Amino acid sequence: MSTQIQVNTMVNGEATEFRCEPHQNLLYCLREILGLTGTKEGCSDGNCGSCSVLLDDRLVNSCLVLGAEADGREILTVEGLESWEGLHPLQEAFIEHDALQCGFCTPGMLIAAKALLDRNLEPTEKEIREWMAGNLCRCTGYDKIVRAINHAGESLRSHEES
Amino acid sequence: MKIFDYHAPETLLEAIRLHAGGGPDSHLLAGGTDILVKHRNRAVSIESLVDIKHIAGLRELTLDEETGLTIGAAATCGQLRENRNVGETYAGLVDAVSQIGGVAIQNRATVGGNVCNAAPSADSVPPLIVENAVCVVSGPAGERTIPVAEFCTGPGKTLLESGEILVSIRVPVPTSSTGGAYQRFIPRHEMDIAVVGVAASVTLDGDKHQIIKARVALGAVAATPLLVREAGDVLIGLEAVDDSYAKAAELCREAAAPITDLRGSEKLRRHLIGVLVIRVLRKAAERARLNGATGRA
Repeated sequence: MSTQIQVNTMVNGEATEFRCEPHQNLLYCLREILGLTGTKEGCSDGNCGSCSVLLDDRLVNSCLVLGAEADGREILTVEGLESWEGLHPLQEAFIEHDALQCGFCTPGMLIAAKALLDRNLEPTEKEIREWMAGNLCRCTGYDKIVRAINHAGESLRSHEES
Repeated sequence: MKIFDYHAPETLLEAIRLHAGGGPDSHLLAGGTDILVKHRNRAVSIESLVDIKHIAGLRELTLDEETGLTIGAAATCGQLRENRNVGETYAGLVDAVSQIGGVAIQNRATVGGNVCNAAPSADSVPPLIVENAVCVVSGPAGERTIPVAEFCTGPGKTLLESGEILVSIRVPVPTSSTGGAYQRFIPRHEMDIAVVGVAASVTLDGDKHQIIKARVALGAVAATPLLVREAGDVLIGLEAVDDSYAKAAELCREAAAPITDLRGSEKLRRHLIGVLVIRVLRKAAERARLNGATGRA
């Protein structure tokens, strides 16, 4: 008897179905079943934030969510940031400000930063640093990431005003 | 990783039936930030996992002028942090849940799970203790209540019987001129586990100078979070000033039974208790002067 669970979900705006084992986490389901390898596995215990995704618009560590729990929910991964207009302003800002070196933490950084800017388009540096505390980067020393998020907020604000 | 059965019952009755019928290797899933990590680290054996998030009411926070705050067992730390009304009345609790992990963890981690996980360092437990919170649990033998102060019996151990489920945590309405606060020491700025945590609740008299009631609880300095009754009692009738707080701090240092581990030595922990108890009482009294109705500072 199969123990597999049927999961019906929306991933990056598209109705998506998959079957998974009960113990498989959402991170595994995204990467290994759906082939969305943008989301990275770092520590797999909720410390590093590499696997950050939005679950019903809320920032979560996909390593600490079971695939089965995604049933009926909406998921946004880094693959869903880009739109028909091109890269998301956060992605543009990360490039512009060299906010990455090895790039492994970057998908998680982008998703976490999007969750912040969705709630607050004008965060202070302190607010950015506190919000991003669950996303570790061993390359940049964070300054460029903070700067990029700050500038992405600016560009999103000017976009809204225009 | 070992395969387990996953259940997502929609009623409490069904959840109890599944959990009680699942034997010793049945575990409950709320936010998953402890149980899924333990499973990955093979620190726990899971045959059956019962997700309690689909049970009506369990994800809710209710604030009532008479009964106070009811925290459904599957309500997240993030829900508490974002609820302005809760922050005004239960500032100490919000201090604590805002320090558990980062945003992503707070969006999943539940207060109920923090209590049931029964870590000596659990941030939400000391503030719940000083607020006289009560656990409502339900099991095959029916429903009962247990004060949070008695709920944890050792690291990872609680008074929950086999098959019992935490349904909610009830936090009574504080009396007027009461303020609460929680602070902890960690070597980092965030994303860390308390070396020492201290919660206090202070009620001032009409002139807001004299303490008429106080409770102090400590985290990470004994096998369970610790209510230090004598530290609250010694403050009764004293002025709300540092000299008074120092008396309570001394009693807390004596009551604690800290160990030396990778996060700090026994000596460091005793020192930190002294520092934090004074700071937390100061903060709680400051909030009490504003009638306890303050936001987080």
